[in-house]
Amino acid sequence: MDLTPKQSIPAAESTRFPDEVLERVLTLLKSPKDRNAVSLVCKDWYTADSWSRRHVFIGNCYSVSPEIVARRFPRIRSVTLKGKPRFSDFNLVPDNWGADVHSWLLVFASGSPFLEELRLKRMRVTDGSLEFLALNFPNFRALSLLSCDGFSTSGLATVATHCKNLIELDIQENGIEDLSGEWLSCFPDNFSTLEVLNFSNLITDVNTEVLERLVSRCRSLKVLKLNRSSSLDCLHRLLTSAPQLTELGVGSFSQELTPQQHAELKHAFGFCKNLTVLSGFWDATALNLSAVYPACSGLSFLNLSYTALQSQELASLLPHCPCLRRLWVLDSVGDRGLEAVGANCPSLEEIRVFPTDPFDEDMLHTVTESGIVAVSQGCPKLHYILYFCRQMTNAAVATVVRNCPDFTHFRLCIMNPGQPDHTTNQPMDEAFGAVVKTCKKLKRLSISGLLTDLTFKYIGEYAKNLEALSVAFAGSSDLGMQYVMEGCSKLKKLEIRDCPFGNAALLSGLERYESMRSLWMSACNVTVDGCKALARQMPRLNVEVMKEEGSDDCKADKVYVYRTVAGPRRDAPPSVLTFSSL
Amino acid sequence: MEGGVAYEQGLNLKATELTLGLPGTGETEGQGGVRNNNKRPMPTSETNEEESQALKAQIVGWPPIRSYRKNSLQEKKDSEGEASGMYVKVSMDGAPYLRKIDLKVYRGYPELLKALEAMFKFAAGVYSEREGYKGSEYVPTYEDKDGDWMLVGDVPWDMFMSSCKRLRIMKGSEARGLGCGV
Repeated sequence: MDLTPKQSIPAAESTRFPDEVLERVLTLLKSPKDRNAVSLVCKDWYTADSWSRRHVFIGNCYSVSPEIVARRFPRIRSVTLKGKPRFSDFNLVPDNWGADVHSWLLVFASGSPFLEELRLKRMRVTDGSLEFLALNFPNFRALSLLSCDGFSTSGLATVATHCKNLIELDIQENGIEDLSGEWLSCFPDNFSTLEVLNFSNLITDVNTEVLERLVSRCRSLKVLKLNRSSSLDCLHRLLTSAPQLTELGVGSFSQELTPQQHAELKHAFGFCKNLTVLSGFWDATALNLSAVYPACSGLSFLNLSYTALQSQELASLLPHCPCLRRLWVLDSVGDRGLEAVGANCPSLEEIRVFPTDPFDEDMLHTVTESGIVAVSQGCPKLHYILYFCRQMTNAAVATVVRNCPDFTHFRLCIMNPGQPDHTTNQPMDEAFGAVVKTCKKLKRLSISGLLTDLTFKYIGEYAKNLEALSVAFAGSSDLGMQYVMEGCSKLKKLEIRDCPFGNAALLSGLERYESMRSLWMSACNVTVDGCKALARQMPRLNVEVMKEEGSDDCKADKVYVYRTVAGPRRDAPPSVLTFSSL
Repeated sequence: MEGGVAYEQGLNLKATELTLGLPGTGETEGQGGVRNNNKRPMPTSETNEEESQALKAQIVGWPPIRSYRKNSLQEKKDSEGEASGMYVKVSMDGAPYLRKIDLKVYRGYPELLKALEAMFKFAAGVYSEREGYKGSEYVPTYEDKDGDWMLVGDVPWDMFMSSCKRLRIMKGSEARGLGCGV
């Protein structure tokens, strides 16, 4: 499309689009990447994009300031914000590290009070912030909190009380102070707009009558995820009043049912013809599980990762789910269970196998290389795998990627750090070599096992589309990290722990860090001086060092480096040292 | 028919012992670059099981499982541990009815087999890892969590206790198929 530059000629002769038309056209572009690209075409397009942008995704809350965002996008309606480094999920980041959402809310309240949706991941959110949100944004309608901390169920209560137009309340996996289930009772009696309600990770009981009335009022409810303490009786009644659900998270599935109750529950599941996602199932018994069969024919995502199913139980369930595309299970299903997956799920695209007992060496509750191979043999469309195991071989991984060359996400966690191929006693270098050589579309890779610099040489040489790499207990020298920094031009996120990479490795990435979202290095050989050197040379990076108690002054125990246009942050706690080029 | 079971001599406990520590520990180290700069020493086979589990758990943030997931599984484990007794059904081919025994009462295979022999009035033969039970037409078997029928005595006692769903004392030609040449 040829856009002639603005000239001082009468409008009739101008070939410019009127602003309104351009903005309207731009609204049709949904992807943030496309919108970003569009905004770089020329000033007019930049302006048009700024005024018409409704949603902004900020992958690192410290890469930009709320003021800058509000100034650039004055009419923003929906914000997604991610805060802490991912390793905070595994307790590697101190509690008071930062990523508090409040400063964002203050700025938005004054500039864009029409905010409707807020999705936060790994942010600190206090009850005060939730109350502020509920009271200052009259059009607010969707709140999603994933892996956040700092709030309690009281905060949820204020949201339920004041957000009259709420359509989504999605509370997942948070460090929430769970005081009571009273919050659910705070929705007004005439409130009926809810479409998404997820409280699956809350522990305290909610009032079942209140819940049932709420569900029957909300005719547009599509997603309902109950918590563990929700009983099967309650579930039965909910299913009967909400057969339109597309996503359902059941509660505990261990209650003993009479044959009559079982038949009724099964009958109720039969009403739910639109279910595509099923989850929950804490402590499911085989018998109870059979009650869900009638609802499984259209199922695309089944999350059984909260219940230690045995292989036979899984094998009985899967034939009822012919359309399954995503499956999450615990390793209790064993290799036999995974063989059943391979045999029954030809459309499978994603599988995640979590460990039942992460700290227990008991070989019974585990899957091996045979399991993953069996899945790959039966599921050629597989492109996402997360696999926790206690043993693996190079040959098995090579077979898996030969069967499924389209992997975009390959995350293998051999749980014993530094464990070699258990049949050859060799490092696992060739396994990951096979992955990167075969899977040209690979975007995310997590490696484990005994690994030398050769693995990284392979990654740097072949993983040209890699965007996220996660490394633990691997490598032999600085060269390892250097290979990756030099070779992976699309890298966005790099997390490293317990590897022998030092300052030379850190500094080898100088040219890469500004095109990346962030770098994490912990328990490596980086020193404070190395970090200072990096900060001096790269003014638009924030280089932060988290010191552990009792460590040497010169050691950089945990390093977090990220690009930013907001300068060094001012809310870091004393244990976090921020280095800048000044 | 031999009375009693020459058990401890035949059982090769070492081969099936769960040793703790990295594969290759105890042989030459120095393969690859595993750094142990800030971790506790890896457990060796002298470390008792509880201690080693604690050691493993001390590597902060490893394996990379999110806390909410660890917590929800831990709750289940705690509640399971409180259950008293581990009763399993025992059947014997040809016997008119089944019995039930509490596995927790026995400290190992010799005691269990003695009790079974007394209960059903039979003798089990001599156990060896290679050939199973020789010298008797009765073979003690059990069904494990995967639904497979296994020979009693093959796996360490603790593993047997946690995986045994029920016992069956096989007799005759069917027993011979399982007991020999496995």
